[in-house]
Amino acid sequence: MDTLLTNLGIGFGAVLSFQPITLFGLALSIPMNLVYAFLGAFVGTLVGVLPGLGPLATIAMLLPATFVLPPLGGLIMLAGIFYGAQYGGSTTSILINLPGETSTVVTCIDGYQMARRGRAGVALATAALASFFAGCVATLLVAALAVPLAEIAFKFGPTEYFSLMIFGLIGAVVLASGSLVKAIAMVCLGLLGGLVGADVNSGALRYTFNIPELSDGIGMVVVAMGVFGFAEVILNVEQKEKREVLLSKVKNLFPGRDDYRRMIAPILRGTVLGSLLGILPGGNATISSFASYALEKKISKNRAEFGRGAIEGVAAPEAANNAAAQTSFIPLLAIGLPSNAVMAMMVGAMLIHNIQPGPQVMTSNPTLFWGLIVSMWIGNLMLVVLNLPLIGIWVRLLSVPYRFLYPAILTFCCIGVYTVNNNSVDLLITAGFGLLGYLFHKLGCEPAPMLLGFVLGPMMEEHFRRALLLSHGDFTVFFTSPISLALLVISSVLVVIVTIPAIKFKREEAFQDD
Amino acid sequence: MNIKNHKDFWAGIMFIAFGLFFAGFGLKYSIGTAAKMGPGYFPTALAVIVILLGVVVLAASLSPKAATQRVDRFHFPALLLILGSVVLFSLLLNLLGLMVSLLVLIVISSYASHEYSLKATLLNAAVLIVICFIVFVWALKLQFPIWPSFINN
Repeated sequence: MDTLLTNLGIGFGAVLSFQPITLFGLALSIPMNLVYAFLGAFVGTLVGVLPGLGPLATIAMLLPATFVLPPLGGLIMLAGIFYGAQYGGSTTSILINLPGETSTVVTCIDGYQMARRGRAGVALATAALASFFAGCVATLLVAALAVPLAEIAFKFGPTEYFSLMIFGLIGAVVLASGSLVKAIAMVCLGLLGGLVGADVNSGALRYTFNIPELSDGIGMVVVAMGVFGFAEVILNVEQKEKREVLLSKVKNLFPGRDDYRRMIAPILRGTVLGSLLGILPGGNATISSFASYALEKKISKNRAEFGRGAIEGVAAPEAANNAAAQTSFIPLLAIGLPSNAVMAMMVGAMLIHNIQPGPQVMTSNPTLFWGLIVSMWIGNLMLVVLNLPLIGIWVRLLSVPYRFLYPAILTFCCIGVYTVNNNSVDLLITAGFGLLGYLFHKLGCEPAPMLLGFVLGPMMEEHFRRALLLSHGDFTVFFTSPISLALLVISSVLVVIVTIPAIKFKREEAFQDD
Repeated sequence: MNIKNHKDFWAGIMFIAFGLFFAGFGLKYSIGTAAKMGPGYFPTALAVIVILLGVVVLAASLSPKAATQRVDRFHFPALLLILGSVVLFSLLLNLLGLMVSLLVLIVISSYASHEYSLKATLLNAAVLIVICFIVFVWALKLQFPIWPSFINN
């Protein structure tokens, strides 16, 4: 407990430290990291509220803006962007029945119904309070679990790491919706894409076809922006606009006493469920929000009201998705493995700041590590402080027609991609990925597992090579190491379980957004 | 042969094509042995897995038990206009500078909308270009070629 407090102290010290800056010719000393957190949450919500832009596209679009900042400041701003984008998704779910991303799909069901009954303000406030509470609990959990997990991670050799990655990737596809085989194929495609560029061991150029821009590999920003930015825009433009914005009805934000009484238990249950599901490999905000909604629907006293504007149906999934968004940082920070596509973007960002995520960050750069964790809590606080008063701005933004919004989205995406390397060839590659993303969508292939593969590709090859180098080419090494064996057995059990017909049906049912 | 699930059929073809592509070029790099892998070892092995998975998806789509699914129609005008405007932007940026390229990007991509109007598009373009100038050039001081290269010189 004492060490936890000391560590959090380091974090608060780092985040709240005053830095001298010169603004309009005046020398000032202000806590810049708080400013970054604020800016991140603000811009993240701003972009996240735009229809059709989920957290992935938002992070990809705004990532280049964080490059100019110092590492801690950049990561704090990025975390703020992530929470902001998440919350922006909830806002669109409640107000226009249009989830900005999959993790807020279930919020639509009761949130939008509440809005139609003139309780949009209460629904938004409930979402914000539930998210904040869950965020506080989950941040403490991250702080408490990161150290012991990192100690375990130090015992892992290349063999165990390779099997852990297999486990993580399998977990990611098992918990995803849609066809399992296609999802595994998408992961493998991503892994292959991640290998493009110079081979670390021999320096040989692979799949670069004499394009110098490819020799450093394909950047995360390029892939995410193409597949999630451009492709989404094209898909949205295809459809004729039909949006019903509940503009005038956002009044009285504050829930009544009865509302508070009804939301407490669902928030607590959502937080616990979300925190647990977030730590699992492949666990993410989406699955947590679905699971907690299903749970509430089963056990709530007011279950008859579900689907017709029950406050529990907003509180529980919003708590769960925020808790999971937070705890999914645990595998990334403690072990260095991203467990979902958003965390993969975070790895991309850390690498650009020359930080190799993993257990060593905690010891080699404690201010950065604990600063990031504290900034998660601050990011959540910012959301409440920021979003409730600014809700009017977000609502007005929603009423801008898509035909004006999407050229703006394209503009910022293009400038974002260009500024990563100041190279216009990157834009051509991004356009290629846009085409690919469009094709994936039409063929029913979920692109998020591919993005995860992109990040893990080089790491996986490295560990695979080292493991077999140490074992002199003996493949049984993956089965003789007990940890590795256990991970592989769990992975195969997972695959078998989801292919059992009865469970397969349940799984499909769980993802149906009725 | 009766294709039941068109989405999966073409997805299978796509995976096989990607797999063949990566395996084909992977074999050109040195493979090495398991104990001393060359740069071609891991990608070729992965590519073979992708091919096998593609075959599974393809085979399942032909099974009489497969769900009947058609591929949604491709909307080529939107696809071409939006990706084309991005390609043009990237080609023109160094030559004509940010201001002109942005105008090209916004005007062409806006044409993809169902409710296109020239007046509204130009207004939107003007607003966006001013915002970009203020945010990226003036405030963040990012390095762009701003005006056409023949004006600067």
